[in-house]
Amino acid sequence: MNTWIAIGLTVLGCYAVKLAGLLVPAHVIERPLVRRLAALLPVALLAALTAQQTFAQGQALMLDARAAGLGAAAVALVLRAPFLVVVGAAVLVTAGVRALGG
Amino acid sequence: MADGAAKPDAAVVRDALGVGVAVGLSGFAFGVTSAGGGLGLLQTCALSLLVFTGASQFALVGALAAGGNPYTAAAGAFFLGVRNAFYGLRLSQLLALPRAVRPFAAQWVIDETTAVTLAQPTRRAARIGFTVTGVTLYVLWNLTTLLGALGAKAIGDTRAWGLDAAGPAVFLALLAPMLRTATERAVAGLAVLLGLGLLPVLPAGVPVLVAALAAPVALFVSGRRGPRAPQDLDEISKDRAKDTSEAEDKAMEEGR
Repeated sequence: MNTWIAIGLTVLGCYAVKLAGLLVPAHVIERPLVRRLAALLPVALLAALTAQQTFAQGQALMLDARAAGLGAAAVALVLRAPFLVVVGAAVLVTAGVRALGG
Repeated sequence: MADGAAKPDAAVVRDALGVGVAVGLSGFAFGVTSAGGGLGLLQTCALSLLVFTGASQFALVGALAAGGNPYTAAAGAFFLGVRNAFYGLRLSQLLALPRAVRPFAAQWVIDETTAVTLAQPTRRAARIGFTVTGVTLYVLWNLTTLLGALGAKAIGDTRAWGLDAAGPAVFLALLAPMLRTATERAVAGLAVLLGLGLLPVLPAGVPVLVAALAAPVALFVSGRRGPRAPQDLDEISKDRAKDTSEAEDKAMEEGR
């Protein structure tokens, strides 16, 4: 049930902000400060989520095969690889390191 | 528009299909991650059909899998989705959609459709780019989500296949192009410290929300150092959109 609550809230919230962008006149939310904040918010969230999902196991921090996978993804990004290759590199290297007992 | 150079429709469709297919296929990673995180088939597919913004979906299933309560999990996903409102502002000027179409078009206002649409030189090309990217991505993302969720059961332990690294890799791929200036890198660094440092002491899901505070903190600090040129995605398209924005505002007022 809790999962459905979370899904319902996310569905409503995410659709509402998408629609708001198309319906609200630009000058209402397009102030320089608001726009800067909106540009930086995903940077903060994505950085925190990347770090947590790489180094967290429950509420403990841990260094395991996922870190190697993320390293591979970072290398792929630096080489300007397509999106799928970036994700694929992370998965393959993580699986590889685990198979080797990492 | 100022830049009225024609671009063949076929070229627009090709660009749009390229983005739509590549990103659409990564719905497989979402399906696997979601099912591996304990969500049911119906729940996983509902997210892709109804939320349809990848970062929020990954964030939600990640938070739920980590034991976060539904409200903090949804809040993290929601804050990630807020950027779509600013994409919508730009797109509504470029596409000049009739009001009746907007509630349907809204579901496709995401990173990829915005990137393709903003790159087009004319309104016709922008509309084709938005539509083709939107359709391709929506169909493929949902199909591959379903396959991924079914596949997760078939392959058993998703961790053994390294699939728990797909979520963070998606986040990193979305994040990388945003790290253009020192401010963005400072925000990312501070958010990582907060997200990891608070993880052991706060309930699941909450550290990410606290880490989001890195954004206003950085704005405050850089504001005190004096104004600087904004460099976000919106700015890049601003010049192009400017000439249409006034007409658009006027049309919207009259439509009311």
